[in-house]
Amino acid sequence: MFSGAEIAALFTSMGITHVVGIADSTLGQWHPALEQAPELQLIRVCREGEAWAVAAGLYLGGATPLVLIQCTGFFESGDSLRNILHDWKLPIFAVIGYRSFLNQSTLPGDTCLVFTEPVLDAWKLEYRLIKAPEQLEEIRAHYVACRDTGVPGVALVAEGKA
Amino acid sequence: MSDHRERMTLHDALATLHRARRADDFVITSMGAAREWMVLGAGPLDLPLVPSSMGTAPSIGLGLALAQPHRRIIVVNGDGAMLMNLGSLVSITAAAPANLTLILEDNSVYEVTGAQPTPGAAGARADGANVDFEAIARACGFRSVFRFGDAARWAQAVDEVLRAEGPTFVLLDVSPVPGAVGPKSPGPAAARALELRRRLTTGPA
Repeated sequence: MFSGAEIAALFTSMGITHVVGIADSTLGQWHPALEQAPELQLIRVCREGEAWAVAAGLYLGGATPLVLIQCTGFFESGDSLRNILHDWKLPIFAVIGYRSFLNQSTLPGDTCLVFTEPVLDAWKLEYRLIKAPEQLEEIRAHYVACRDTGVPGVALVAEGKA
Repeated sequence: MSDHRERMTLHDALATLHRARRADDFVITSMGAAREWMVLGAGPLDLPLVPSSMGTAPSIGLGLALAQPHRRIIVVNGDGAMLMNLGSLVSITAAAPANLTLILEDNSVYEVTGAQPTPGAAGARADGANVDFEAIARACGFRSVFRFGDAARWAQAVDEVLRAEGPTFVLLDVSPVPGAVGPKSPGPAAARALELRRRLTTGPA
């Protein structure tokens, strides 16, 4: 839906300094552009729960991190994000890939479609569903709104087949 | 196979670090180490990670080390917590911040829940051998790796260890604290986070 160049330009314009996460088949296509963007640093972690903690350290140290993971990794992240976002109340923003939302040909009946939004609600996270290319600017708008009110937020970006 | 490692007390291990750390070092402690560190006296740049998500202290340290590249970041973690986030060793060495020291206090048990052995402890393993955290750290690519079981040798070497080029991994064999309880939060977490960020961002990074 979005090119790596579009995402890198968006994150740069948002003032993001570090992108922390793990690739999936959609998000991974953005990595080369993120690595080439001079004002962004891509931090690779081994599991998504780590990403929230690395982002927490970056934020405490004065940086402006963003977590970039797939919804499956969001499921994996539970206790880490509970602690970082709700105990410590750090306003970390995340872009989360919504697997199979646009195309279930690889994984018919993908249960990501059943659980992703209810789990976002369960974790009390303000999210915006981004399902069309013309919504790119909505990611920025939601980020700015979350930043200005000091709360975490999520842009849930629809993905194609897994 | 029984475990005959030489072990220092957790208090001695941390008291040595407490004496050796510089005032501008940032020290993150988790679980039992956080409890003991607060007894020794946490400084204004310290983060006793209470409340925590068990296992995340090294990852928080990685983020801090990247955001504050001119400040020494020291993380004190337990072996049970380390086993919950072994991948963080790989994430740390992938980014390879030279200013990060990860100290692993290995007592081989989940101390605050009643001293049950971890899956890495000899007594809980089919092969009867302790998991070798020192070898794991070397294999992951830490630039400097140290191990101490004797309190006097740790005290003698600590300054050199903290000066080593990072990322640095330090394995300290420590004895469990009988009847130990979990650490108590020193205050509202959100307010502490805000204050830490203010302190870290108003001085030189």
